[in-house]
Amino acid sequence: MSKHSLVACAVAGLVVGSSHVAFGAPVTLNGSGSTLSKAYQETAIEQFKKTTKDLKINYGGGGSGKGRQDLADMVVDFAGSDSPYKDADMAKIKGGEVLYFPILLAPITVSYNLPGVDKVQLSAETVAKIFQRDIKKWNDKEIAAENAGAKLPDLDIVVAHRADGSGTTQNFTEFLNSAAKTVWKLKSGSTVEWPSDTQAGQGNGGVAQIVKSTKGAIGYVDLSDAKASGLKYAAVKNAAGKFVEPTTAAASAAGDGIDVKPNLLFSALNAKGDKSYPITCQTWVIVYAKQADHAKGSALKGYLKFLIKDGQKMLSEIDYAALPASLQEKALKQLEQVKVP
Amino acid sequence: MLDLRGHRAYADRAFRWTAAGAAAMVLLILGLIAATITHRSVPVFRQMGSGFFTTTRWSPADALFGALPFIWGTAFTAVIALALAVPISLGMALFMTQVAPPWVRKPMVYLMDLLAGVPSVVFGLWGVLVLSEHFGLGRSFLTAGIILAIMIIPIITSLSREVIETTPPGDKEGALALGATRWEMIGAAVIPHSAGGLVGAVMLGLGRAMGETIAAALVIGSALGQITLHPFAAGNSMPAVIANEWGEADDLHKSALIALAVTLFVITILVNLAATGIVQRSMKRGQGS
Repeated sequence: MSKHSLVACAVAGLVVGSSHVAFGAPVTLNGSGSTLSKAYQETAIEQFKKTTKDLKINYGGGGSGKGRQDLADMVVDFAGSDSPYKDADMAKIKGGEVLYFPILLAPITVSYNLPGVDKVQLSAETVAKIFQRDIKKWNDKEIAAENAGAKLPDLDIVVAHRADGSGTTQNFTEFLNSAAKTVWKLKSGSTVEWPSDTQAGQGNGGVAQIVKSTKGAIGYVDLSDAKASGLKYAAVKNAAGKFVEPTTAAASAAGDGIDVKPNLLFSALNAKGDKSYPITCQTWVIVYAKQADHAKGSALKGYLKFLIKDGQKMLSEIDYAALPASLQEKALKQLEQVKVP
Repeated sequence: MLDLRGHRAYADRAFRWTAAGAAAMVLLILGLIAATITHRSVPVFRQMGSGFFTTTRWSPADALFGALPFIWGTAFTAVIALALAVPISLGMALFMTQVAPPWVRKPMVYLMDLLAGVPSVVFGLWGVLVLSEHFGLGRSFLTAGIILAIMIIPIITSLSREVIETTPPGDKEGALALGATRWEMIGAAVIPHSAGGLVGAVMLGLGRAMGETIAAALVIGSALGQITLHPFAAGNSMPAVIANEWGEADDLHKSALIALAVTLFVITILVNLAATGIVQRSMKRGQGS
């Protein structure tokens, strides 16, 4: 590019930039956080833009922890997060009281690569033993006991997990920590101390890639990435003792069988109910209760309402589960607590 | 005419101060980085003490942070990278300067520069898709070492080439005139003259290999607690851990990651100081002969 055209571009950029101001005030909302729910945010933003003029919404992803940090530092208008603020972090939130709005439920699959085997059932204890390398072969008697009739091959198990710190790891290990309390030794967290003879991939896609390309592999992957990579996934035993496949319906069912606190915090892991898929996690959008700016605050409220209400029917298309009606109602009611000047 | 000398003296002074300011800025920035990261790493040292450098476990859930496996991983992958990259780079530099005709040299230089400009994430993804999966190397110290080697070859090659080109033609022609073959001439005239610069080039490559983040994070395997000489084992390196775990880390975990950065910072400075020392010593020796 010549110097002249560079200058021309810069000038054009300035003109376009300033013309925005001339057409009255366009509002930009910025959000960051949960990558689990990023696909929903992107779809919702696309749809919501059609109904609203002069509004731009950016959702940056980056992980739940980053979203919470960004909101606490007031560099974004909303955060997507798969887990709430820890008590120790509450003091760092600069903009006052925050509100949690659940927007979706998502099943985390236990995906596997076993040629010739299309159905596997696993209890939390067995999953725990596999992921901490107590069980190393697919034809181990504990797996066989839960899969009567299945032809399990004499194949080494390759465990795949996340290399990056992740809310998915957090939820998966919390599930094992609570549902397989006596067995699971690695505790829970966004990073845990996996045995060194395991494999790590970047993001849900990276884990899916390892499972897809490695015979005998098993890994935890969110449903939409597992489906996108064409993986097979296990039915996992829930709190009622039933083996349930990870589907959006089973995740919504989990949302029905949980205790929700008044501030809409809950955990959908290991939920009651025959039809609940036990490794179900959730994403909240976190916002400040007291909005500082009228235009931004109103736009944010509108977007939140869309996420909780009209956007919900798009969820199943992208392999997330919609909120159960009871939870949706509570979330809509809580919207009144967002105060706009 | 006006007092041109006075005018010039003024410009000179202004230039001197601007240049000095720019130079001071480098020191200031370096100092600020050192101060900030050292300060933010204090919590983990309070928790772990010097055990941070000797513990082999890294378990955020237990508030236990040991950097030794990552220090090992950084060193091991850097050594693999140098072992692969140095012979290739020096060979290429010698080929370009001593053997290749100009019509081969020019496109080679161009290709080297192009290779140097490829973003590291591209190398990382290529490593994952081709080396790890297609060639079945898996994610391991060796895979990371190979990727790092490819990334530092352009730097070492182009610096070596420039150093070698400074060999006085008289030295080379003298050696040839005494009946030396081209190989003997390289050994007798080119290498002794440029040894210091070559070491410097290799050390710069080492610095890059140790600090490389994304490519390493993608192919090294992210296994914790691995201190082994087995090249096919999955491991981890300091920058890779920082990149992988920063996003979701809580306070003490963040502090531990910053402490890793401090460690890397110190090691890099030590390597550079050592490089400067070696270069200066060999330069003195070169002048003496």
